[in-house]
Amino acid sequence: MSIEIKNVTRRFGDTLALDNISLELGENKIYGLLGNNGAGKSTLLNIITDRLPASSGSVLLDGANVCGNDAALGKMFLVGEANMFPDDMRVKSALNAAAMFYPGFDRAYAEHVAAQFGLPLKKKITALSTGYGSIFRLVLGLSVNTQWVFFDEPVLGLDAQHRDLFYRLLLEKYASDPCSVVVSTHLIAEIANLIEETVIIGNGRILQQGATEDLLAAAYTVSGPAAAVEAYASGRERISENLLGGLKTVCLRGTPDDSLPEGLEVGKLNLQDYFINLMEEEIRK
Amino acid sequence: MKFSDDRPIFVQLAEQLKDGIISGAFPEEGQIPSITEYAANYKINPATALKGINILVDAGLLYKKRGVGMFVASGAREVLLAERRERFYQDFIERVVREAKQLGLTSAQLQEMLERGFENVD
Repeated sequence: MSIEIKNVTRRFGDTLALDNISLELGENKIYGLLGNNGAGKSTLLNIITDRLPASSGSVLLDGANVCGNDAALGKMFLVGEANMFPDDMRVKSALNAAAMFYPGFDRAYAEHVAAQFGLPLKKKITALSTGYGSIFRLVLGLSVNTQWVFFDEPVLGLDAQHRDLFYRLLLEKYASDPCSVVVSTHLIAEIANLIEETVIIGNGRILQQGATEDLLAAAYTVSGPAAAVEAYASGRERISENLLGGLKTVCLRGTPDDSLPEGLEVGKLNLQDYFINLMEEEIRK
Repeated sequence: MKFSDDRPIFVQLAEQLKDGIISGAFPEEGQIPSITEYAANYKINPATALKGINILVDAGLLYKKRGVGMFVASGAREVLLAERRERFYQDFIERVVREAKQLGLTSAQLQEMLERGFENVD
């Protein structure tokens, strides 16, 4: 079970939203799709789930093109911003409708989760607040039981308690019944430890991808007196640098080696810092 | 639990489990939380939780009862205490002496402080 994204390009008028993206997603993992606003995250997810056509390139699910392919699309569910239900539909009826469309949809679990979030079942979907609109779509995504579930900015508009509840439910669900999950977000710190694999996109291109642990293991910071740091960093691959008075910090690729002089401090990066440093490198280019 | 950035999460989880065994929070022959509970509570990937727990399984400190869960092995606490005593010099004494030297403290002054610590700290 895998999804292959092959040379996908998408243009909106003069704007190149996705620039020849190729990527393979493996089964039963939680992926984090990270990028700044406008990086192309939503466009990519909409193309994978055939809600939006690619300008060129293709997406294959287990070798079959997803374009217009009902069997393939039945294995995927996108929790996006769009409301797929009629405007005057109430939450309860929408859950019934979802159960009709998706045979694996767990109606009882959906109501259980809705109750935990305090989502009112009798309200019309369009009358829900921004936060509860997001929660309604999360409830669908957590209950749908398709092999692939894509969450596009799932916690937008949610308060801290509801965000925490979502992460908890997602992990419980995934741990008890593994499926393939892709979460796109620009709130990186919160999901850094959840995601086994990280894909970072910027300006419609994939900048980095791999096991989250491996990405972080392949970068480090060195800080100390500017001249000493510069001497060590010269000739090494530099992601970014920062100078504060006489104190310099550089972010380097690779791992520190024996030639590191005493007095310089070595640090590791968390995923959010790594992401920010990578974006700075992009801007510089 | 707050994780720091300096080491991988699974290593920190393993350390926390060891601390729990030493402190008695996880008594010998007692059950530890499941992978799912760790993942959901700490908001970490289940694969990360499994990796951390497996460090202790591989060291013979935890064992699996099929269909039930993970349990602390008999004698695990003593093994860990011995391991910590072994590492005490490296983990603490070397750091204390290095810092003391940087601050210009003499060996006698440091020993006096250690005595004071023994008297005052519970």
